[in-house]
Amino acid sequence: MLSYFLKRVLSLIITLFTATIVIFLMIEVVPGDPAAFMMGLSGSTEAADALRAELGLNMSAWDRYFNWLTGMMSGDFGLSYTYRVPVSELIIDRTLVSVPLTVYALILSTIIAIPVGVISASRRGTAVDTSLMGVAQVGVAIPNFWFAILLVLLFSTTLRWFSAGGFPGWEAGFIECVKALTLPAISLALPQAAILSRVMRSSVLEVMNEDYIRTARAKGLSKRQALMRHGLRNAMIPVLTILGLQFSFLLAGGIIIESIFSLPGLGRLVFQSIAQRDLIVVKSIVTMLVFAVVMITFMVDMAYAVVDPRLREGDKS
Amino acid sequence: MLRAFLILLTVVLTHVTALAQSNINIGLQLEPPNLDPTSGAAAAIDEVVYGNIFEGLVRIDEYGEVQAGLALYWEVSTDGRSYLFHLAEGVTFHDGTEFDARDVRYSIDRARASNSTNAKKYIFEPIALIDVFDAATIMITLDRAHPDFLFNLGLGDAVIVGEESSASNAFYPVGTGPFKFERWVRGDSIKLSRNENYWGAPPRLEAATFKIITDPLSAYTAMMAGDIDTFPNYPAPENLFLFDRDPDFEVIVGLTAGETILSTNNQKAPFDNILVRKAMAHAINRDELIDGAMFGNAEPIGSHFAPSHPDYVDLTGLYPHDLNKARAYLKEAGLEDGFTASLKLPPPIYARRTGELIASQLGKIGIKVEIENMEWAQWIDQVLRNRNYDLTVVSHVEPMDINIYANPNYYFGYDNEEFQNVMARINVSADQAQTSALYKQAQRKIAEDAVNGYLYQQGKYGVWKRGVKGMWRNYPIRANDLRDVYMEDGE
Repeated sequence: MLSYFLKRVLSLIITLFTATIVIFLMIEVVPGDPAAFMMGLSGSTEAADALRAELGLNMSAWDRYFNWLTGMMSGDFGLSYTYRVPVSELIIDRTLVSVPLTVYALILSTIIAIPVGVISASRRGTAVDTSLMGVAQVGVAIPNFWFAILLVLLFSTTLRWFSAGGFPGWEAGFIECVKALTLPAISLALPQAAILSRVMRSSVLEVMNEDYIRTARAKGLSKRQALMRHGLRNAMIPVLTILGLQFSFLLAGGIIIESIFSLPGLGRLVFQSIAQRDLIVVKSIVTMLVFAVVMITFMVDMAYAVVDPRLREGDKS
Repeated sequence: MLRAFLILLTVVLTHVTALAQSNINIGLQLEPPNLDPTSGAAAAIDEVVYGNIFEGLVRIDEYGEVQAGLALYWEVSTDGRSYLFHLAEGVTFHDGTEFDARDVRYSIDRARASNSTNAKKYIFEPIALIDVFDAATIMITLDRAHPDFLFNLGLGDAVIVGEESSASNAFYPVGTGPFKFERWVRGDSIKLSRNENYWGAPPRLEAATFKIITDPLSAYTAMMAGDIDTFPNYPAPENLFLFDRDPDFEVIVGLTAGETILSTNNQKAPFDNILVRKAMAHAINRDELIDGAMFGNAEPIGSHFAPSHPDYVDLTGLYPHDLNKARAYLKEAGLEDGFTASLKLPPPIYARRTGELIASQLGKIGIKVEIENMEWAQWIDQVLRNRNYDLTVVSHVEPMDINIYANPNYYFGYDNEEFQNVMARINVSADQAQTSALYKQAQRKIAEDAVNGYLYQQGKYGVWKRGVKGMWRNYPIRANDLRDVYMEDGE
């Protein structure tokens, strides 16, 4: 077990290290100079040169890579070229919007999807099933940004229950923030709920054909009791896999919804940093996302090893 | 009892509305990268801080006129070289430190230092000497008379900063203005509050929040939902009419200093041939561009000069839209079969829309235009710095920037001795009438040479809730000076 663990850790470190090199090189070849961008149409070349020196862009590529890497190891991601504040501060601020939004959206989508999937499956072939799955099909097809605009037009401009966008910041209070995130979370949740409920339905149907359910029924449980006591837990496994995928998708992929609701999330920060050539921010966020994905894979690997003894003993042979 | 209750209720309610009325929410499409107007060129910085947080020796008003700022009045010597400024007294920065003539000298020295990142160092280039006579008197001597010097001192790049606070202005701006910095929620909003110790007439607003709304459609919904009281530079001209017919809103189309032009690489064949440039000038249909790209809300121009300026000459009739003349010029240039040219377009929607129309207009005389859309950073790199382009559409928003044509290394590549001489004479002219005549001559020269395609003056589309008063109608410089803004009690 220990040697399996050490092997995984070593591969984790090599992956991360390689990723930083790839990210750095990719950013290096992006055309466009941050200093020239900040000076605009009328800025003088001397001022741009002075700015380049101030931002540390005159150093050799090797020096910049080395400073960036050693800085990150000690938790210092550097200063944003455009905002002139620590990159880590920017990322934390944005994460405090993006993560709650993603979690909120996933909670909503789970609350909708699981009952819908279960009801559909247990009434398979009935009008209830057909209409629920029909609605889900429409939900998958509706683009979330369009749905978002409809929500804004109804709840913000007509009814005025919610503001049309913006985020007050957590110091404004929990309720205020949840309110600001509600419409965006609903827009993100709807298509995800539609997908999830279809997965849930087929998963339940599959489980209900398993031997252990037949045994449970033979024992005298009703179909519903068998589903609730034995089926549901097993049916959740594929749903959880999809939820995990949706989390990483929503975390960085919410940019369109963030723009519509003017939310200061991670997606918009990456997009804006690319446009403004605030490359140090781009580098750091991409590295952070790679780190998150690698860590999740690592933990899954560890979990496999716990579940499946053949994996941890495999290296002895 | 009931009566007393009603009175109490009225008092409470009016008090609540009075409070609500003294905070204004202002929509802003681009978030400023930082809040230091003396570094970098982002217009969004001035849109928040100019006149509100920071003040210069002089101040530019909404009509582009120079007004007193931290200098209450000034005397100019007869040769136009010396400016004696008399400064306001009892002024403090927002951090409590005192303002005096040494801060003026410090600010100017900082801006013109060799390691300065000021985007408009040329403002300070004519300065030969700065003499501080006493805390409230300072004399600036130039090495030559310079007609725009006073106006340039009113730009955001020349505001007065404190020595103690200048290093942190980028994220915690400290100035002398009527509003002080409160809070910046990055990506969302910037809040300013009234400076209770302001040296001048106190502003009527208690607080102002600039809310960043990048998406044009969200700008519309935010106005309609009441999140925003005013969008001084509304990003979507296509739905202005919706506000126009809504009695709750006012739409004001004002002037800007932004000339939208079809910039042309004058050093690259075939654009180095004036006949080709004249042909293009005749092929362009300005009315169609203004209707199609700007929904009718812009003013045609015939040269690189703002129509609101007193020295403006209308040159739109110089090369009227005439396809036969255009074809004749192309034939004279030996290009009657046309040619292919690239058109590199930056991201703003005006540029993309105008570019598409230009491509079709030039296509009518046989010029096959290939559109290439790019990001700003790419555009600055390829077009502005490396001059690797044929044509582009862009708005030059700097006020009084006709002098860029005197620089042969600027991206137009226009190298004309006659024009350069005119600009050199303007730079030493101390006589108002002479300066005015020279500016007219300069406009005519670049229009005759058809250096670029001169299309239209960008409008400023202000949308505000009825009852919002005192917002700038025009953008002589990109700023939203809030000192005179107030909100009337609605209903």
